[in-house]
Amino acid sequence: MAETKYTEEHEWIRVEGDVGTIGITQYAQEQLGDVVFVDVPAAGRTVAKGEACAVVESVKAASDIYAPASGEVVESNAALADTPGDVNAEPTGKGWFFKLKLADKGELDGLMDEAAYEAFVKSLG
Amino acid sequence: MVQSLDRSQGRAGSVSAGSVNTHGTYTGNRALQIEEPLIFEMGQAGRCGVDLPEPPKVKERLNGLRRKGEIGLPGLSEPQVVQHFTRLSQKNYAIDMGVYPLGSCTMKHNPRINEKVARLAGIGDLHPLQPVSTVQGALELIDGLAHWLKTLTGMPAVAMSPAAGAHGEMCGMMAIAAALEAKGERAQRRTVLAPESAHGTNPATAAALGFVVKPIPANDRGRVDLAALKAALGPDVAAIMLTNPNTCGLFESEIVEISKAVHEAGAYFYCDGANFNAIVGRVRPGDLGIDCMHINLHKTFSTPHGGGGPGAGPVVLSAALAPYAPYPWIVKDGDTWRVAEDGGALKALGVDGLPLGRLKAFHGQMGMFTRALAYIMSHGADGLRQVAEDAVLNANYVMAALKDVMSPAFEGPCMHEALFDDSFLKDTGVSTLDFAKAMIDEGYHPMTMYFPLVVHGAMLIEPTESVAKEDLDQFIGALRSLTAKAKTGTAAEDFKAAPLYAPRRRLDETLAARKPVLRWKPSNNPPGGDPLKQAAE
Amino acid sequence: MRYLPLTDADRREMLSVIGAKSVDELFRDVPASARLAAKVGGLPDHQGELEVERAFQGFAAKNLSPAAAPFFIGAGAYRHHVPATVDYMIQRGEFLTSYTPYQPEITQGTLQYLFEFQTQVTLLTGMEVANASMYDGSTGTTEAVLMANRVTRRHKALISGGLHPQYRSIIETTAKWEGFTANFSKTDAEGLEDLIASVDRDTSCVVVQNPSFFGHVRDFTKLAEACHAAGALLIVVVTEVVSLGLLMPPGEMGADIVVCEGQSIGNGLGFGGPYVGLFATRDKYMRQMPGRLVGETVDADGKRGFVLTLSTREQHIRREKATSNICTNAGLCALAFTVHLTLLGEAGFTRLAELNHAKASQLADRIAALPGVSVLNDSFFNEFTVKLPKPAAEVVEALAAKRILGGLPVSRLIPNDPSVANLLLLAATETATDAGMDPLIAGLKEVL
Repeated sequence: MAETKYTEEHEWIRVEGDVGTIGITQYAQEQLGDVVFVDVPAAGRTVAKGEACAVVESVKAASDIYAPASGEVVESNAALADTPGDVNAEPTGKGWFFKLKLADKGELDGLMDEAAYEAFVKSLG
Repeated sequence: MVQSLDRSQGRAGSVSAGSVNTHGTYTGNRALQIEEPLIFEMGQAGRCGVDLPEPPKVKERLNGLRRKGEIGLPGLSEPQVVQHFTRLSQKNYAIDMGVYPLGSCTMKHNPRINEKVARLAGIGDLHPLQPVSTVQGALELIDGLAHWLKTLTGMPAVAMSPAAGAHGEMCGMMAIAAALEAKGERAQRRTVLAPESAHGTNPATAAALGFVVKPIPANDRGRVDLAALKAALGPDVAAIMLTNPNTCGLFESEIVEISKAVHEAGAYFYCDGANFNAIVGRVRPGDLGIDCMHINLHKTFSTPHGGGGPGAGPVVLSAALAPYAPYPWIVKDGDTWRVAEDGGALKALGVDGLPLGRLKAFHGQMGMFTRALAYIMSHGADGLRQVAEDAVLNANYVMAALKDVMSPAFEGPCMHEALFDDSFLKDTGVSTLDFAKAMIDEGYHPMTMYFPLVVHGAMLIEPTESVAKEDLDQFIGALRSLTAKAKTGTAAEDFKAAPLYAPRRRLDETLAARKPVLRWKPSNNPPGGDPLKQAAE
Repeated sequence: MRYLPLTDADRREMLSVIGAKSVDELFRDVPASARLAAKVGGLPDHQGELEVERAFQGFAAKNLSPAAAPFFIGAGAYRHHVPATVDYMIQRGEFLTSYTPYQPEITQGTLQYLFEFQTQVTLLTGMEVANASMYDGSTGTTEAVLMANRVTRRHKALISGGLHPQYRSIIETTAKWEGFTANFSKTDAEGLEDLIASVDRDTSCVVVQNPSFFGHVRDFTKLAEACHAAGALLIVVVTEVVSLGLLMPPGEMGADIVVCEGQSIGNGLGFGGPYVGLFATRDKYMRQMPGRLVGETVDADGKRGFVLTLSTREQHIRREKATSNICTNAGLCALAFTVHLTLLGEAGFTRLAELNHAKASQLADRIAALPGVSVLNDSFFNEFTVKLPKPAAEVVEALAAKRILGGLPVSRLIPNDPSVANLLLLAATETATDAGMDPLIAGLKEVL
């Protein structure tokens, strides 16, 4: 059963087995506006929790994406190069960024579940 | 090389009968607004805009590396070239056309005498590496400008070679790094403080030099929070980078205390001189305790912006930083001007210095020096003081005349620019961007928008001293009219459609960034001739 | 004062609207200790246009312009004929007095010529994408090294001994303060340098110049292959852009970044600036480029238009993470370049290059015939290196005393190196004439 967790930087990570799929939330894509470019890490790269490892850009803004957990990138969403608008249309579906083979699932314990994240977004006004 | 002469669009699929009907003309032109193709869509092999003689026959010495294929440049005759670029020019707004209130950019009048003297053969037609004995007047000119800059700022030295303001920033911060290294403190002092309202170049420059940038908050008066600054100062701090007057158009009233605190902490004070035009002749930055400041000659001293350069960014330096000024150094040796381009030359002239290196080939932006000096000499010491006063007066007049209908970001007098936030547009459905685009239809270039970042929906208006009162009155009237229209609450759609009367309506920046087309290619032109004719049929 | 429209009556009226008694009140935030009570002392007052012009004629009269003397200096700045149309066009106020085209609806003129400029640069260099220009070739070269460091995530650049010495100095300065390694190959006056063996897995880029500072024309195809095999980039610098009318473009040799000094087309000597840097690369490195980029798009009516694009690379958005701190290009110099190159077109540009090569060949043959003098180059475009029987600096000074601007002594840019003391760099463009070469040859005979 897949479980989705959220960070305060408005990323989501959906865990299936020891692999987590990572993207940005509906709230994040609304804040960014039209996404024009996504720079995703190459498969094989090892990232540490909190490391800036992807970039998402709109016309007027660029945001770093931080790894919500440590691990090795096993796949990145190559389709985003041609259709970055997927991030706007389906941020939690076709607009995923990359998949991470998690080094330590325990690192996810501090992240928010869906209800907590919704409350967090509400608190932002 | 390209046959189709498509005067309306050029891009496959972009022409529709609808857009022709919008114009209602066969050509797609609208009187003086003439649609202009790219040169690559107009050229014909066999045409040329120059006449050059047949080259004498010689033995080729190109190491067998002669270019094989064609380059692909279009051929046009001289009248076609003149018409093409003239038509393009007519799609631009410019200072020469009217009020250009772009805050933080200082769009002041660009006198034509500056252009004329820069083109004198004895100035404009000189090689930078001619024997120094044959360019004594050029070196005297550079030193003459340097003297003005040092005297107006109250600083002992100036590095002339940086090519633009950002380049000057790099120069100044390198000089600070060099001074720290000489004191053995470079490894320890890694932090640079910059206010949240700083120009983006400040953090970019500091980061390039390996410094860690730490933002300093502003207080509710739009100035640096002195207490927060003092708390941030410590043995790890290399410098503060501070714009004064700041990007909110306000003078940092506690600047003397700031510089004292910075120096007591063993750090240096980099002043971003982008807004020197507001205080020239009334305040010497040297009296405020700064260590270095770049001067954008295109802002304060009227060298033309030229559609985005070239600029020039000389940096004035305090006695503490002067030894580190980059090469070249122009030195007077008796009656003769010398150029020191290396350490040996400095030594031979008996000059002490530890130059940080070299930042640019040759001696700097001579053409800009010439223009700036012509402007400075035209104004003189008396006129430059009046420049600052009139610039500040115009900005405060705009502020006073609009403060009841727009929302000033801060209380009190401003310097050379008036800053508003977007609270007066609340609940109107009109954004800062929409409001600015509507100004275009009124015949004005918009003000600076969304900068500084510390003010919501910022609108930064800098009229400069070059605008007559009657023109300012019309400008104010136009903004009041737009404000009233926005506040009806029913005009949002009209604002979002603006501009209607410009050579182009709003452009799709998302498309441009998602599918970058950064050059013309033959495949951009659809085969099969003239889509406009097809549409007309 | 002729530039200030406000009258004293205006000022009084405006102060009353503001509610201030005097302009001094508006400056009340200035600390009292820093307020100047009167104009800055020790400087002259304003002057009329006539007086200002006269002063500049005074400066000009103390210089010897190449317009009035036989002239053969190059070394990164070349004297070409610039058609009158170019200077007329760049003085149109709509171009001259417009800002960076941040409002594309009312700056299509600037944006379209920059798009044309970018296209021209890709064609000349044989590259896929070019930016809207850099400050000049010298600063652009250092930006290329920084870009290669970003692309490869390596920090060791290898710099040819054939690169312009001042360009080398700028890289050295930047390396020192920004923190990367630059290894400088020794001065290569003979044009025989081979850098292939020096490229390793830590190398971010190799920087070469073609034709080299000493004038040699080289094929860098093998060097490009070696770079790519090691994961490094090849940066080719061209200081005489007219050479690209005749020479194989760097893109065909496999260059990854090409930087040119564009001054030769459309821009005068100007005592060293402002000039215009051309910067081109491969599509795959587009987002790592410094500087501004203009892209094509459509407006709300579906009509083609141009905008500044990919600006998330730049300092006003990325701040400390920007690809560069640069926020200007050399807009007006780029316009001069584009207008001149448009006048030239394929036929004119090619012929201009042929003329330059032919004039330089004629000069080289005449120089080589002088006793005790040898030309070092087997190959060159419009500039070559000559070995004299005595220090070149003395010779150039002696020629200058005869009002002949007879080349650059290499020792001026490479001091303290006895091996270059007798080397003289000579250039001839289409502006060179027999009537100019005769006094140079005669003068050299006298002073040697």
